[in-house]
Amino acid sequence: MLHISHIKKTFDPGTPSEKAALIDVTLDVAKGDFISIIGANGAGKSTLFGAIAGSFLTDSGSIILDGEDITLLSEHKRAKQIGRLFQDPMRGSAPGMTIEENLALAAMNGGWLARVSAAEKRIFRERLSRLGMGLEDRMQQPVGLLSGGQRQALTLMMATFCPPKLLLLDEHTAALDPATAEKVLTLTRQIVEENGLTCLMITHNMQSALDLGNRTLMMDQGRIIYDLSGAKRDGLTVPDLLVLFKKAVGKALDTDRMLLS
Amino acid sequence: MATFFSLTQTALELGLISSLTVLALFLSYSMLNVCDLSTDGCFTLGAAVGAVVALAGHPYLSIAAAMAAGVASGFVTAILQTKLGVDSLLAGIVVNTGLYSVNIAVMGNASLLNLNRTDTVFTAAKNLLEGTAFAEQYKLFVAVAAVAAVIVFLSLFLATRLGLAIRATGNNPDMVRSSSIDPVFTTIIGLCVANAFTGLSGCLLAQSQKSVNIDIGSGMVTIALASLLIGNAFAGRGKIAFRACGAVLGAFIFRLVYTIALRFQMPAFMLKLVSSVIVVLAIAGPYVKSQYPELRRRMLHKEKGGAA
Repeated sequence: MLHISHIKKTFDPGTPSEKAALIDVTLDVAKGDFISIIGANGAGKSTLFGAIAGSFLTDSGSIILDGEDITLLSEHKRAKQIGRLFQDPMRGSAPGMTIEENLALAAMNGGWLARVSAAEKRIFRERLSRLGMGLEDRMQQPVGLLSGGQRQALTLMMATFCPPKLLLLDEHTAALDPATAEKVLTLTRQIVEENGLTCLMITHNMQSALDLGNRTLMMDQGRIIYDLSGAKRDGLTVPDLLVLFKKAVGKALDTDRMLLS
Repeated sequence: MATFFSLTQTALELGLISSLTVLALFLSYSMLNVCDLSTDGCFTLGAAVGAVVALAGHPYLSIAAAMAAGVASGFVTAILQTKLGVDSLLAGIVVNTGLYSVNIAVMGNASLLNLNRTDTVFTAAKNLLEGTAFAEQYKLFVAVAAVAAVIVFLSLFLATRLGLAIRATGNNPDMVRSSSIDPVFTTIIGLCVANAFTGLSGCLLAQSQKSVNIDIGSGMVTIALASLLIGNAFAGRGKIAFRACGAVLGAFIFRLVYTIALRFQMPAFMLKLVSSVIVVLAIAGPYVKSQYPELRRRMLHKEKGGAA
């Protein structure tokens, strides 16, 4: 489904703030994979997502999605096939526009002059009610009035309205309170399963990295240092992960945030 | 009473014609979040092109030509800021400056054109309404028709997928990109459409006052912004059509206040200062208000030496 081969990215080359964010990353993702990605801050997790989604062009290497070479494709064109959620719940929706208008932008793929039809509104309503947040009765309200959790749930729905080939979740529950985070995570699992989505998820919560999905990557300093799946991943615990990290990197992982979150 | 009525009518005519520029800013400033400083030059461009085409004997074509000129001007402003890395405000200023020369060239190396004996949409309306009860209101008739057409267009257009994308571009460009729409494209379209209205506005003003001066558009951006902000105070939230009507109401109120002030011997040259002050008040007012609690806290703290 997704073949990333030998991609590299250095930010601000030739300056004092030069940073090699991705150093020769190669990754094969099979259709239907749900991969969790963990690693310390600055490991290159978000940069990897940026490279896949096209926020910047990589310095070398290639990215092939479902047989199409998207290495040089612009971000908005990739967005047709790739859904992406960020940690910041404010980033995925337009606060000054109503819920219905936001959904319309995400869902409509007709011509430029198409308008939202009554049938589409009914579908919006029905899908919103599945979130269980009462948003279906607030479709004419601006999104800016929603809470962070509601906005993130809405963004998740928008990103998956037309099921994308690939869903990128960049710590999308980290800014939410624990109860809401749990709810959004459950929704995520539900939506991914229902649509059989291929999904990459960055998380700081090592437990949910092991609980969710079928494969776990550990990144450090711009490289993938572990790729765990199948028998190697089954029965693995958080302490096991920490031991693995120490063995590969030679120092203990800064665990406070990861264990407490 | 008769004076008041004629005052109101002048304010209505001028307010409605300039409200087309206010609606242009409603699209570029309120929706797209771009402060388009090429507005002054584009307004004059519309006036000049419209006048030249009308002088050539095509009163109806003059409207289309003025709008097309506006589109071209908006396109250049948009390309500068989206494709060539020129800062959005600077792009407007640069285009505005360049348009001064263009406008003089359009007017045939003159800075004044006279339309006294030229057929315009207004003379056409006058002939049409001759003998009816509305014969005196022919200017109003044209202005109302133009404003109504633009409002209807805007409320339909901004509900389309393209229109929604333009609104989202001003609101959250990240979200536009993730909806697989190019914000560069929406910015270009938005500025082209907005400047078409600015051009139309200039064209109608020139034809209603039967002359074009190279300075006809100077200060328009501030006047229109003042009107827009006044309108926002009345109809800042709600449906697009409602907010657009609010913008028109703002333009009318601005003109009415100005016309009344003129009656009370305010010199005409004060118009631009008044519009500047209104813009400053409308923007600074809410800001200062939001800072007030902090200011109060500081003052109390100083007065009571930390006891508060």
